[in-house]
Amino acid sequence: MEMSFEESLIELEGIADKLEKGQLSLDESLLLFENGIKLVRECNTKLKNAKQNVERLILENGDIKSEPFDVEE
Amino acid sequence: MGLETKGIYTVHEFTLAVKSTLTTGQFNDVWIRGEISNYTNHSSGHRYFTIKDKNSQLACIMFKWHGRNLRFEPEHGMKVLVLGDIDVYEQRGVYQLKVRDMRPDGIGELYKAYEQLKNKLAMEGLFSPDHKKPLPVFPTKIGVATSPTGAVLHDILTVLKRRYPVNILFIPTLVQGESASQSIVSSIEALNRTDVDVIILGRGGGSIEDLWAFNEEIVARAIFNSRIPIISAVGHETDYTICDFVADVRAPTPSAAAEIAVPERQELANQINRLRDRLIENEKRYLSDRQAHISELRSSVDARLLLERVAQYMQYVDELAQNQISSFRRLMEIKQALLIAHAGKLDALSPLGTLSRGYCITLKLPHKTLVRSVADIEISDEISILVKDGKIRCEVNDKEECKWK
Repeated sequence: MEMSFEESLIELEGIADKLEKGQLSLDESLLLFENGIKLVRECNTKLKNAKQNVERLILENGDIKSEPFDVEE
Repeated sequence: MGLETKGIYTVHEFTLAVKSTLTTGQFNDVWIRGEISNYTNHSSGHRYFTIKDKNSQLACIMFKWHGRNLRFEPEHGMKVLVLGDIDVYEQRGVYQLKVRDMRPDGIGELYKAYEQLKNKLAMEGLFSPDHKKPLPVFPTKIGVATSPTGAVLHDILTVLKRRYPVNILFIPTLVQGESASQSIVSSIEALNRTDVDVIILGRGGGSIEDLWAFNEEIVARAIFNSRIPIISAVGHETDYTICDFVADVRAPTPSAAAEIAVPERQELANQINRLRDRLIENEKRYLSDRQAHISELRSSVDARLLLERVAQYMQYVDELAQNQISSFRRLMEIKQALLIAHAGKLDALSPLGTLSRGYCITLKLPHKTLVRSVADIEISDEISILVKDGKIRCEVNDKEECKWK
């Protein structure tokens, strides 16, 4: 399952911390580093590709529905 | 006019007649302005009071079921607008107003009502920081409850788009007028049944009357009961509504609410970059630490150092060997000296010494046996006489035993 932006960011901080402590094998450190850079890329992509998607909520006899909502600029 | 023409009513009949005249419709559904006096909130739940002005007064009753919807607690001396229908209380024969709704009249009264509700809800703990829910740092979906017309929605969407594009669930909500409070309540409740992680409740600026829905108790309670954190953004910076106190966060304007709801994209990008730099920095340091460690290890197995060490050992071995040789030589010298000494002694005992002193040695041939006595030889035996510098071969002509001593 894909991580949310927040989770990615937390994970990234965790990796940076682990590397800082340095109590790792070389393989571990390289693996972590690789993961970290991957997360950086993912986060940046997410941020860059984030789009505003507006929906309108409609109440109908106690049911709730939503439909796309166009915003005039 | 005689009694006959008009007839005679009983009191009750008359009262009913008056009542039917009064309640035909002309005095139904009327708004009346006045000041409350003799206010009694009876234990039955019905409220009895009078409204009056300078010249007149009017008895009023508000039944429990109508009083339930009151948005403030009436007080003696309060100026109010009441909505009701005329009625006649038959037992006493008095007319009175059956009040269905009551509003504070005028800004002063609205403020009074506002203060009243604010104090009541504060006492109940609805504004307590303990009840404030934290806002999500990175919301994925934001619920916006506001009017479909007007600048508020536009402002919020614009700010969100610029700062941090995110999914938005907009619920058109009445924010002014009769049904506004009910509309706000149902919007909050509806949004609580969706997956939004924060709600912005917004309205543009206006007079206290315009903003009144946001000062109503049902709205305050709906905000308090919301599972999802709510940012209130009602009116301008200086307008404080009851909603602002109950909401988890109060924003001075709708645009500010949008800013509060989401992080800034650029700031996030910077944060990610800082993390990336830290990552690279840490990995570099990790590797250089390892590198240093390796160099350290390598220096301890450095070939040159090894050779040098071997050379040192060789020198040491040489040294030892050298010592051994000289010791050996010394030993040899000692032995030699001893040998010479012994040889001197030998020399002294050697038969050659005897010869050099002029004596000779006689050996009997052919076996060269030493001749010690005349008995050792016979006449005509061949003998060899050894002298200092040679030997003389002789034949025995004669022998004679002599006593030398």
